[in-house]
Amino acid sequence: MTAAAAAGTVYELRNVTKVFPKRSVQALDRVDLMLAQGSFASVIGASGCGKSTLLKIMAGLLPPTSGSVVLAGKPVTGPRRDIGMMFQQATLFPWRTTMENVVLPIEIRDGKAAARAKHGEAAALLELVGLKEFANAFPNELSGGMAQRAAICRMLITEPAVLLLDEPFSALDELTRDFMNMEMQRICMARSATAFLVTHSIQEAVILSDVVYVMSPRPGRFVEAVAIDLPRPRTLEMITTPRFGALVDRIRARLDRGAFL
Amino acid sequence: MTQSTDTVWSEPVSLIDRIPRSVAMIGLFVAFVALWQLVVVSGLVSPIILASPWGTAEQLAYVGHNLLTGDYMLTALWITIKEVVYSFALAIALGFSLGVLVGETGFGERAVMPYLVAIDTMPKIAFAPLFIAWLGFDIHSKVALATFVAVFPIVVGTAAGLHAADEHARLLFKTMGASRLQTLLKMKLPTGLPHFFTGLKIASVGVMAGAITGEFLGGGKGFGELIRVAASQLDTARVFSLIIYLSLVGLATFGTVVWVQRRFVFWQKASVGAEALP
Repeated sequence: MTAAAAAGTVYELRNVTKVFPKRSVQALDRVDLMLAQGSFASVIGASGCGKSTLLKIMAGLLPPTSGSVVLAGKPVTGPRRDIGMMFQQATLFPWRTTMENVVLPIEIRDGKAAARAKHGEAAALLELVGLKEFANAFPNELSGGMAQRAAICRMLITEPAVLLLDEPFSALDELTRDFMNMEMQRICMARSATAFLVTHSIQEAVILSDVVYVMSPRPGRFVEAVAIDLPRPRTLEMITTPRFGALVDRIRARLDRGAFL
Repeated sequence: MTQSTDTVWSEPVSLIDRIPRSVAMIGLFVAFVALWQLVVVSGLVSPIILASPWGTAEQLAYVGHNLLTGDYMLTALWITIKEVVYSFALAIALGFSLGVLVGETGFGERAVMPYLVAIDTMPKIAFAPLFIAWLGFDIHSKVALATFVAVFPIVVGTAAGLHAADEHARLLFKTMGASRLQTLLKMKLPTGLPHFFTGLKIASVGVMAGAITGEFLGGGKGFGELIRVAASQLDTARVFSLIIYLSLVGLATFGTVVWVQRRFVFWQKASVGAEALP
């Protein structure tokens, strides 16, 4: 999987700085980031270190103060259909069936007819995440983990070039969370997706990522990029290996120094 | 010792919890009527002030017969029903429009909302003489007053509903590149439906109060006028029975709102009922 670095850059940030003049806060300071096709990267840092700002800039929801943000060769100047995003909450709409929730991005961008035409693809995605039987169920019949699976399908339906994951499983209980992380790996590998994860959990970052960026606050900047050289596919058993422990320790050491001043 | 260690003991249930709800309700009703009858028969209160239960029952039958045979009381009731329906429809249209203006636009929120709040704090019934002066003694002044009373809960419900969507839903719609109209129609309005219906339920009660107040003060040929006339003749039994029939109209309005809500907000499993009563 680390060989994916040779496959070309999908997302590139150069010298991205963000200042909020109203609060006179510098949220990001000269952030550089390259996401290779099919790679999985994470950013980890304490609350308020600028992770969310970074993700919003990458999603085209917020303009950078300076620097370049380029996805698939084109500068990001607003929300784009080739950017898929997932949040802590599944945010399924209770008046729509699971299927209707999944095709919502298509409905918004291309209208109802186009959304209906995508039902076949949506069904395939639901099967990929193991929700085949729940296509016509309403969200209040789904568990938290199932809702997040449906949210994954909704993110994938537009066939995005990059997946931006904002602590997607942090609201789930730990057992479900571990399981969903493995599911996420499986889905990303199956579709050779390029993903960028924001998380608080060192363990989660290590088990999923090819590279973990450690971020320190005020102003937010990357203090280290830790390459995770564990073989793919990763398993939950790896968590107990010495190599995994060493990586976690190294990231924690970097966080301890910079992040909690 | 081979004694079982299972500890089985019954939780004490209070006497009142063991009585079925229907029995409790009927029991209370019977006790209330008995006390009522006792007070009247004992001569403590003059029948002019308080009609006896039996007298009220007689009047109920009389008014019921009048209504069923399509006599003048039905005509009066029909006028009041028309007032309620017209003003409720007007209040919904006006309240929804104002609610969207206030809840969706910065202009509405900053410039219009303070005036709405100021007007809402006024005793609206006090406007009745003005509406009568402006619109006359016909049905129009009653519709205007009832609309005026009922419109504010709908404005508030609609505006609150538009703010009910959480940050994640807004962010999601932004990432999907949704237009403002799409965000409104596909996310904010459906999310706000429960709030909107809460406003409707409060309004459905207010619309009735407004119409009857208008009839008390502005005359006309509605049911409120019948009540006023009966009261001026000190016929309290007639007043009671008319109020009981009138409350059926109120119940029907409220019930219709609840029914529509159950159909349109099917995902909201929580019961819809008394919590909306003012």
